[in-house]
Amino acid sequence: MFAYIMRRVLFALPILIGVNFITFALFFMVNTPEDMARAQLGAKQTTPEMIQSWKVDHGYDKPLFFNADAPGLAKVQDTLFVQESMKLFVFDFGQSDSGRQITADVYERMWPSLAIALPTFVIGLVTNIALALLIVLFRGSALDTATMMVAVAIMSISGLFYIIAGQVLFSKVWHWVPISGYTEGWEGFKFLILPIFIGVFSGIGAGMRWYRSIFLEEMNKDYIRTARAKGLSDLKVLFGHVLQNGMLPILTGVVVVIPTLFMGSLIMESFFGIPGLGSYTLDAINAQDFGIVKAMVFLGSVLYIIGLILTDISYTLFDPRVKLA
Amino acid sequence: MMAQALSTVLNIKNLSISVNDSPLIKDVSFSIESGEIFALVGESGSGKSLTSLAIMRLLPEALQVTAGQISLNQTDLFTLPEYQMQKIRGKQVAMIFQEPMTSLNPVMKVGEQVAEVLRVHLKIRGKLARQKVVSLFEEVGLPQANDRYDWFPHQLSGGQMQRVMIAMALACEPDLLIADEPTTALDVTIQAQVLELLKTIRDRRGLSILFITHDMGVVNEMADRVAVMKQGEIVEQADKEHFFSHPQHPYTQQLLADAIPKQSFKPIIDTKSLLQINDLKVHFPVKKGLFQRTVGYVKAVNGVTLTIKKGQTLALVGESGSGKSTIGQAILKLVNSTSGSVNFSSPGEGGSNIESIVDFTALTEKQMKPFRKKVQVIFQDPFSALNPRMTISEIIREGMNSLQVGSPNKKDQDARIEELLEQVGLLAEHKYRFPHEFSGGQRQRIGIARALAVEPELIICDEPTSALDVTVRAQVLNLLEELQQKYQLSFLFITHDLSIIPAIAHEVAVMKEGRIVEQGSVEQVMRFPKHEYTQALLNSAPKLLRQTMP
Amino acid sequence: MSFVWLWTDLMVWSLLFVILAGIRSIKHSEQARKQWRSIFESPIAMASAVILTFYFVFALLGSVHIQLASSGDSSLDKRHGVYSVLDLSLMHLIEQTERTYSAPFATHEYSTSLNFDENGQVSQSYLALKYGGQHLTKGASIWLDVLKKTGLPLLLTFGIMALLLLLHGLFRFRTAALRDINNKAKTLPWKTAYISVFSLLFLFIWFYHLSHFYHVLGTDKVGQDVLLQSIKSIRTGVLIGLLTTLVMLPLALILGISAGYFKGWVDDVIQYIYTTLNSIPGVLLIAAAVLVMQVIITNNSDWFGSTEERADLRLLFLIFILGLTSWTGLCRLLRAETLKISQVEYVSAAKAFGLGPFKIIKNHILPNLMHLVLIALVLDFSGLVLAEAVLSYVGVGVDPTTASWGNMINQARLEMAREPMVWWSLFSAFVFMFTLVLSANLFSDRVQTVLDPRRVH
Repeated sequence: MFAYIMRRVLFALPILIGVNFITFALFFMVNTPEDMARAQLGAKQTTPEMIQSWKVDHGYDKPLFFNADAPGLAKVQDTLFVQESMKLFVFDFGQSDSGRQITADVYERMWPSLAIALPTFVIGLVTNIALALLIVLFRGSALDTATMMVAVAIMSISGLFYIIAGQVLFSKVWHWVPISGYTEGWEGFKFLILPIFIGVFSGIGAGMRWYRSIFLEEMNKDYIRTARAKGLSDLKVLFGHVLQNGMLPILTGVVVVIPTLFMGSLIMESFFGIPGLGSYTLDAINAQDFGIVKAMVFLGSVLYIIGLILTDISYTLFDPRVKLA
Repeated sequence: MMAQALSTVLNIKNLSISVNDSPLIKDVSFSIESGEIFALVGESGSGKSLTSLAIMRLLPEALQVTAGQISLNQTDLFTLPEYQMQKIRGKQVAMIFQEPMTSLNPVMKVGEQVAEVLRVHLKIRGKLARQKVVSLFEEVGLPQANDRYDWFPHQLSGGQMQRVMIAMALACEPDLLIADEPTTALDVTIQAQVLELLKTIRDRRGLSILFITHDMGVVNEMADRVAVMKQGEIVEQADKEHFFSHPQHPYTQQLLADAIPKQSFKPIIDTKSLLQINDLKVHFPVKKGLFQRTVGYVKAVNGVTLTIKKGQTLALVGESGSGKSTIGQAILKLVNSTSGSVNFSSPGEGGSNIESIVDFTALTEKQMKPFRKKVQVIFQDPFSALNPRMTISEIIREGMNSLQVGSPNKKDQDARIEELLEQVGLLAEHKYRFPHEFSGGQRQRIGIARALAVEPELIICDEPTSALDVTVRAQVLNLLEELQQKYQLSFLFITHDLSIIPAIAHEVAVMKEGRIVEQGSVEQVMRFPKHEYTQALLNSAPKLLRQTMP
Repeated sequence: MSFVWLWTDLMVWSLLFVILAGIRSIKHSEQARKQWRSIFESPIAMASAVILTFYFVFALLGSVHIQLASSGDSSLDKRHGVYSVLDLSLMHLIEQTERTYSAPFATHEYSTSLNFDENGQVSQSYLALKYGGQHLTKGASIWLDVLKKTGLPLLLTFGIMALLLLLHGLFRFRTAALRDINNKAKTLPWKTAYISVFSLLFLFIWFYHLSHFYHVLGTDKVGQDVLLQSIKSIRTGVLIGLLTTLVMLPLALILGISAGYFKGWVDDVIQYIYTTLNSIPGVLLIAAAVLVMQVIITNNSDWFGSTEERADLRLLFLIFILGLTSWTGLCRLLRAETLKISQVEYVSAAKAFGLGPFKIIKNHILPNLMHLVLIALVLDFSGLVLAEAVLSYVGVGVDPTTASWGNMINQARLEMAREPMVWWSLFSAFVFMFTLVLSANLFSDRVQTVLDPRRVH
């Protein structure tokens, strides 16, 4: 088990280097050290000397990928790419273009993100699985067909409509909940209800169909026939056997998402004015703040890879056939 | 057991089942007495499994019972509401299935799966349930029963899984046990043990068994009475002795004739060797640990020496996992061999008598290509052996084009394809069709035609008949025999089925765990087996085979 | 007047040729024909297909661009510029631009404005629209007028339908003579098809007719007709849904099959590439790439002759970026399936015939993967149409000057906050988008049930 996790962590390194390479290549194509220097120094009185000295001060005078002048390993090490990447690997995201400390911002803003994303995820998962099980119980009936039609309709509507319609109905017309905003602690609850409800509802269509198809596939397996031949009732078959085996394919899709919940949702947070990482990223995109976008890309990748490792570990918990080695 | 008063446990009257108005089961009636083993025999698609599912009321929803009555202990099953039927399933009538590997819940401890039956029907829970399960495991002969309770299905062997299934079925002491091909997926030695177990249980508990099978050898071993099904109808029903001595219906006679092995052995003619395998080893690395180092090898083939003679058949017998199929793949270079040689003798240039010998293992893929037409292969599964997206003519033409056999002219090829199809007993116009339009036996013929198209000298037959029904199996074996005589073909016939060996093989090699334990002429090996494993194999074979052995 | 071929125009027309070639090959293969027949045997699939075809036709019409030359005549000079055939046929809507918001079928503006009458008095009043409903005499009922203007479209639709039925009847008569009498194949649900064609055709002709007199779906902030925007947005949505798959397909096919067939280091490298790409959150990767693209476009504004070309290039970029980020899912699926197929015995048989890897892939693997590819394509389509809206909202979607549902929704967000609400932009975008995505989803459901035998029904 330990060896397995170590191996996965080691395998994660080249992936993260690859991610860094992509972002590095993308951003340095358009945002060269010269541009940065000019932006920082102010556009008016820049001389090539000043730019050069700025670059030296900030460590941007090194070659991109290969330093021919340096000795030995430093040929690769003493380059912009490696220097910049190393900072990310210790989660030092540096300053944003607007001069804020990105690392501190991230620590501060991930909790509001989590406050929305986690309940949405948990309630959504439970609702979808419960509805899917219920539908599987009535499989082949008119109720099944009708529910599936509704599910297709639900998933055919853009999430943006749910948010706008939800805000209009619940906040503007009925005044049940505030339209947007956020505060810490229990007071903030009233701000969270609507985004969580909308998040869960908009996911019901796709989720229910997905879990239903997983459960139906399990229903056709031989061991279900055995269970029924034992004299188990439909309910016992469903909860005792189908759910248990259906967990395996569900885990693949679900566990990987959990760590990325920290990243929040771009759309939801900006519509509801939640000061989380999602709206942080969105603002950065709109302000073309490359520092933040780069940090978020790296953070997202790290969380995704953690998700992959967690998925494998969760398999050992649910599937006795899987032994990690 | 015969001392018990006979009473009817199961009574099926005029059962008819159909799907979308097309009948699958037509007017089936039979009854099973207490303590009796009733064998329902038929080929695939004859409706025998459907009949059993109808008794359990577990038919797929698309199927409808259109007429008839099933009563179990005088209770009419079709009139019961579902919740009452649930009380009968597993308690009065239990069932075991063909594939123990898929019939058990893979993520639940086997003991729990048995305990579940006790919990549902007898309300036995906790320690008591565990004790009961352990004693059931002991009864069905699972070693270390107490430990096995906490094991998962994948940790057990196929035979042990079937024992767990039987324990599960016996848990509530049912009056009727339905066994649907319970040994078909098992190796012959395991099959013998499981059959023995079922008989012992019947004797001990006096329960009735409805035994569904396609295997006449097993019927002969097990049954008290026999019914034969064909296309949804019962064509003959009789006591076992009468059934085997005086079969009435022509279909039954045909079935028995095909099931009973040939009474004579093939004469051994000393011909030159075509393929000589020397100390062949095929090892697959096992990787583990932080850096996936190779920590060991699976020795699938571990030092095998064999000779295949011109125009003769060498049967390679072994149980699953013995490495017999790997040898075939190694000859064809579909897997890389670790060491050893595969020497093929081909006539010298310009028809000279001096033969040149080529070691396949030393050739590159490019050097191998000219020899690919000499060695061809026929596969086990007729459904996966043919590309479903190609027409029959495309399938057969592929090899002719690739290996440049015969004329490259499309018209000549078409003529050749038609000729080949007729030769294997199909029609010329079949060449426009797709594989899914053919039955299993027909597909196997197409596979043979595909191999023949490149005029090979050696055909590796990898269990070509094990997925086929007996009558079809006999036809395919006859076809292979004909072709051998006509073209002086050599066969390496890989099989686990001892009963067909006298009919096809000149020589036989018995394989176990990657090694050949015994080889020689068929007569010598089958009549006077020297190695204990060969003896065990032969002793496990159904009596029907042993009795009729010359 | 001359044709202007934008990059996306060329792509969408070449896609049409690909589709037509696909249909031809279906006609030749009996297996494929049977499968497609059974897809269309479902009335829902048939109706969805009709709707999808309508949308596609609009996308095609929007993809023929014509440069109208300056004629010197000043009254016509405002027409100078690049227009699509769709624009030209809706020219009256382009020209009948109001001053600001007006509701559907309105004759006056939606909100009051300050007016100075001839006496210099200031008053708040609803100004009359310049075009909408101005043919009416004062006090006439709008709804009666609308009803009156329904007759002609209805008649026209019936006419077209009769023509269609006649043509179809003739065609069927010809093929029926050739058909085997014992052929028990189910007939296709033609009734559903005709009903859906009729409804769509009538709706379009009716709206088109009315649009000469009213703003059927209202006008937006700068007085542009919302119906015009919604119709023009069809092209953007359909193009993103279709062309993205065109970009991702070769990548997914080549890499997925190579990884699955060659295994070893090829597999390692390809797996590394897609895990790396996958690990970057999708929206962020797209956003980053679009940001870079924006900078490039601003820095090199001299590359583009016209705003249309610039907007088009941005659309093209977006399509490529979406393609480059969305191939990983299909690639992984194809890899797994190839691994499975290359273990199947017919591939072993082909190896025993000495076939090389490329022939094996071409003859044995690719044909047995095609159903998965097709399913993935139809499944992805609706997701991509929805993604366009989200990306436009995030600010990394199509150019703000390009008509798209995403841009419409984006604007509508502020309109909904107004008092009273301006709801019709959002409503129109919703209806147009929902119809497309729903029919795509329903159609892909049917395709999946027919083509993927493993799926449970």
